[in-house]
Amino acid sequence: MSKTFVHAPGFVAGDRPKIVSSRFEYADSHTLERFLATDGYKGLRAALTRPANEIHDDVKSATVLGRGGAGFPAGTKWGLTPQQVWPRYLVVNGDESEPGTYKDRLLMERDPHQLIEGCLIACYAAGLSQCFLYIRGEMAIAQERVALALNEAYEAGYVGKNILGSKFSVDIILHWGAGAYVVGEETALIESLEGNRGMPRLKPPFFPAANGLYGQPTIVNNVETLANLPWLLTHGVAAYSAIGTKTSPGTRMVAVSGHVKRPGVYEIINGTTTFRELIYGEEFCGGIRGGNALKAFVPGGGSAPWFTPDQLDLPFEASQIGPAGSMLGSGAVMVMDETTDIPAAALSLTHFYAHESCGKCTPCREGGTWLERILRRVVDGEGTDADLQQLLEVGAMICPGSFPHASNEKLGLTAVPFPYKMTTICFVGPSAFAPVHSALTLFRSEFEARVKKRVTIPVTAVAAGASVGSPVGASR
Amino acid sequence: MTIVDPVKENVVVDPNVVNLTINDKSVAARKGELIIAVADRTNDFIPRFCYHPRMTSVGMCRQCLVEVETPRGPMMVVSCMTPVAEGQIVRTATDSVKKAQEGVLELLLANHPLDCPVCDKGGECPLQDQAFSHGPGESRFVEEKRHYEKPIAISDIVYLDRERCILCDRCTRFADEVAGDALITFTSRGNDTQVLTFPDEPFSSYFSGNTVQICPVGALTAKPYRFKARPWDLEQIESTCTSCAVGCRTVVQSSRDELVRYQGVDIDPVNWGWLCDRGRYNFESVNSADRLTTPLIKNGPELVATSWSVALENSARIIRLALAQNANSVAILGGARGTNEDAFAWAMLADKLGINQRDAQFGDGLNPEIFNLAQATIDETCAASTIILLAPDLKEELPVLYLRLRDAAQKRKSRIIEFSAHDSGLTPYVWRNIGFEPGLQAQVVRESLSTPEFQEQCSRGQVVVVVGRGNLAENEVFTLQALAEVFAAVPTTKVLPVLRRGNVRGAIAAGLTPQKNAGDAIDILNAAAAGKIDCLILLGADPMSDVADAGLVQRAFTQVKNLISIDTMINKSNRSADVVLPAAAYGEKNGTTTNLEGRVSNVVQKINPRGTSRPDWMIATELSMVLGVDIGVSSLEDLNQKLVTLVPGFAPIADTKSTHGDGVLMARETPVTISSSSTKAADRNAYNYRLVVSRTMYDLAQSTISSPSLVGIITDSAIYVNPLDLARIGVVEGGSVRVGADGTNIVISIKADNRVHRGTAWLPFNHTGVDVRPLLNISGDVVDVRIEPIK
Repeated sequence: MSKTFVHAPGFVAGDRPKIVSSRFEYADSHTLERFLATDGYKGLRAALTRPANEIHDDVKSATVLGRGGAGFPAGTKWGLTPQQVWPRYLVVNGDESEPGTYKDRLLMERDPHQLIEGCLIACYAAGLSQCFLYIRGEMAIAQERVALALNEAYEAGYVGKNILGSKFSVDIILHWGAGAYVVGEETALIESLEGNRGMPRLKPPFFPAANGLYGQPTIVNNVETLANLPWLLTHGVAAYSAIGTKTSPGTRMVAVSGHVKRPGVYEIINGTTTFRELIYGEEFCGGIRGGNALKAFVPGGGSAPWFTPDQLDLPFEASQIGPAGSMLGSGAVMVMDETTDIPAAALSLTHFYAHESCGKCTPCREGGTWLERILRRVVDGEGTDADLQQLLEVGAMICPGSFPHASNEKLGLTAVPFPYKMTTICFVGPSAFAPVHSALTLFRSEFEARVKKRVTIPVTAVAAGASVGSPVGASR
Repeated sequence: MTIVDPVKENVVVDPNVVNLTINDKSVAARKGELIIAVADRTNDFIPRFCYHPRMTSVGMCRQCLVEVETPRGPMMVVSCMTPVAEGQIVRTATDSVKKAQEGVLELLLANHPLDCPVCDKGGECPLQDQAFSHGPGESRFVEEKRHYEKPIAISDIVYLDRERCILCDRCTRFADEVAGDALITFTSRGNDTQVLTFPDEPFSSYFSGNTVQICPVGALTAKPYRFKARPWDLEQIESTCTSCAVGCRTVVQSSRDELVRYQGVDIDPVNWGWLCDRGRYNFESVNSADRLTTPLIKNGPELVATSWSVALENSARIIRLALAQNANSVAILGGARGTNEDAFAWAMLADKLGINQRDAQFGDGLNPEIFNLAQATIDETCAASTIILLAPDLKEELPVLYLRLRDAAQKRKSRIIEFSAHDSGLTPYVWRNIGFEPGLQAQVVRESLSTPEFQEQCSRGQVVVVVGRGNLAENEVFTLQALAEVFAAVPTTKVLPVLRRGNVRGAIAAGLTPQKNAGDAIDILNAAAAGKIDCLILLGADPMSDVADAGLVQRAFTQVKNLISIDTMINKSNRSADVVLPAAAYGEKNGTTTNLEGRVSNVVQKINPRGTSRPDWMIATELSMVLGVDIGVSSLEDLNQKLVTLVPGFAPIADTKSTHGDGVLMARETPVTISSSSTKAADRNAYNYRLVVSRTMYDLAQSTISSPSLVGIITDSAIYVNPLDLARIGVVEGGSVRVGADGTNIVISIKADNRVHRGTAWLPFNHTGVDVRPLLNISGDVVDVRIEPIK
């Protein structure tokens, strides 16, 4: 039987292989004392005994996938930095703000030393001279615990000059965000870190690996990605690859929210666990609340196109989710049961993205708000049939061409694979459209039921009135 | 691009060229060039709002989306940020591109108020034009539009209408990237994003007018032009600005025979399309009601209107009488305001009459011998690896040259070594800033340039020294000495002379400079003060305001027997003249002007001269006929012909077309060298403050005080000291102090300024309120003052 912890809301334990959440069940998991008692900094010690390029090769051959959303292999990313350009930086993206996602928050709150150890291993392996840890502004406990852990680590000689007596030195600098979703996008995060407005830069030319923070080569990694490294270095590539599938090895933290019996963060086996297991499995969410039927779920954070029960048997494997019309994204599953008001749910998400637009690209700045306003009118019962069509047309100005969606047997829909085309720099604009498009494609009847039926004024009655001698509108 | 080597007959591939196709047309481009720029060359216009060729691309408006072929099929990219690549296939007008562009335009118009009928931009608006050419034709937006307070004043000159703004980042980018005055920026985000100033800090940039010019909608408007005309009522010609010596290329626009607007024209060698606000907006003075429309002659204590024939007769009589004494009893001051032709006509007349005492400078410039040194152009200066500044604050005096040098330091990695007695607008961008106490300039330059670090820097490539008069309270000798020190350290140095008056270089070249070892302006004034000048001719000159040594001018004007003034308005100097002849102003006459680097370009007439005023050259011609010494000129063409043949420097303008557009450089003579002298200023008493006196952009210049939009910007006189010195003097910021030198003293308010070095005090010249000139005795080497708090 699994148990939940008051001090770590959202985490649900279970008897599964644990790579990053192994210490979560201890009440003092965030302290150096507990960390050291449970193999802490063992991965770093192991790494420092070997040449850096071997560690890099390990990460490459273990295919540690990025856990931020795009799923790009970390080892490959590290290899993209130009040689012999100094200084070069590691930037840790702890600005987790995708709707539904809260796994990184738990990783920082419950095991900050694991993250610090991961940062150090990454800096050592990729030859990075300084690390910036960017933590979302709203995550007060995470900020506090990472800061405390960093102080402990500095004091104990794990961070700073000549780490553990070696020639390897790295400083970790903490930075709190100021509350903008778009800063989760790596180039916007770099802008924010430099002290500018959090607005994305266009890639090319600003691929961070070549031209990032202060114009220097910069690796931007997600918190969970780095949290995998201590275990990998302690237990070896073979042990890591033994979990999960070849293309998606290891485990993955998934945050489940919505209408399930036990919402929370679960460390699942990558590549094999299916959505059905996650939502209905006794060791995970334990089914829908009140025994209700599942209506739809979002498989990868608020910006992902939606799935319906038709897709429940898909596994957490990017190569299967993409063709099915969505993405795994940031590891957040949002579950909607049969009681869900679909247009209102779409509005809630679209409002978020319209509100979080940074204002740089016209289609997102103007189009996002436009979508929200039409949708609000529809939800309020003031919309018309033309408004439903208009929603899709505004979306087409942000994402020209066909937009991905899932297949649906009942509606006779075949899947349109991910990704989509876009007229904006980053994904905030398309994200405002994704929920609208999914909701309209899969649940159009709910919208149609909401729109105002046009009242047809009987023409004859007016004509009759006019004939009695009323001069209304007779001359202008 | 493949080039066939004519000698070896083999094919050479230029490594910097890439070949691509745009809409199936092959085109060669430079590596790194942006698709949008290449498409402009092939006439495949791509609509755009945020892209500006003189600024970094940001890809903000998304209007310039085009399709580029990739292995995964056509991909939509913004052409303003995508560089060309070998074999690239670009399509700018496919159905999906058109749809995307129409979509962006519809979105841009969604919240735009469409108040075109009352918008100054209506008729010349890129948003209007491109909505027509690349827009969907109709809008589906039925929601309520964004609302903001209609125009808010963000500076003394500029108004911002946030409803019209399409958030293209042009103005904010200009302010930050080009001008270096990041005083406007985006605030809020998403749909609430807006351009604003910081609270309580206006957009008081010297270059704010450029943001109005590059705004692609009517969001930014400028006070002098608001509601003055409709674009289709404007007539325009291309000309050259003569407000200072940079010589920015402009478009002069008029409506109903009145100047209404200047716009910058982008030419590579000079201004890149930018103008400063003073040059852009002082056209108001041409329209001023204070303009002279008829000649005036003295009648008792008053000046009364008269006819040209009477005025010319009177002038001739005065000159004849004076010449009857001897040729040295007549002198001419000024001429830098007019055209080369104006100056040359007067020089020819002076030659005929044997008048050798003439000077277009007023003791506030430098000896014209600097024009004979090896010269550099603005472009050569900006391309130099080392730029040495022995110059005034260029941001104040030659603003667009400041933009060019700032760009060179920021983007081209030229290194600037600044020697100055007072931090300038360029100081934040220089490689090394070496402060000196006035009088010690040469010594500091010599010592600095002899250090290994500076020697290494100067050996990296071309060195150009930018030389001008940085301090009116320091004898020009010290600057020339310092210049000689630079030549001694680096003999291959070239010089960019930065004398500030509009056409001072042209006037000097045409002959309005002391002849046959005659004295300069200060000598002339001294001679006048000694009663030796019977007739002083002022060619658009106002020595009473412009000459630093007020006492000297006062004495000279009291003693001089007769005064003839050729000017556009009544000023402090010609108030007491015997004859005032009304001159045509800028925009009212044709000719050529010469900028500080010796570039000759045309100035063109746009409107009719006010009243009976006429160009200076015409006045010289008519006067010569009345005097019976015909200079043989009956038209501007005659004059131009004579200028080209008689003054070798002007030979290149024989083809008048050469002065159009970029203009043409004067012929350079074989450079001479400069030799060092060893004047030394007396040591400063530690209780005293050594004065730095220099000009700012908005001072009591005639064209500024007669421009209603600018006159309010002029600040009151004050003395500025380093904050630490303020404490030493024992006064608070804004308090009054008594400033004394040589038995004269003035009471003035004092301010702290970090840019002022310790032990010196900075006095901006010619501001409103207290007249600081009684302190300035420019015959001395330097001016030391005592500053005492008033109890």
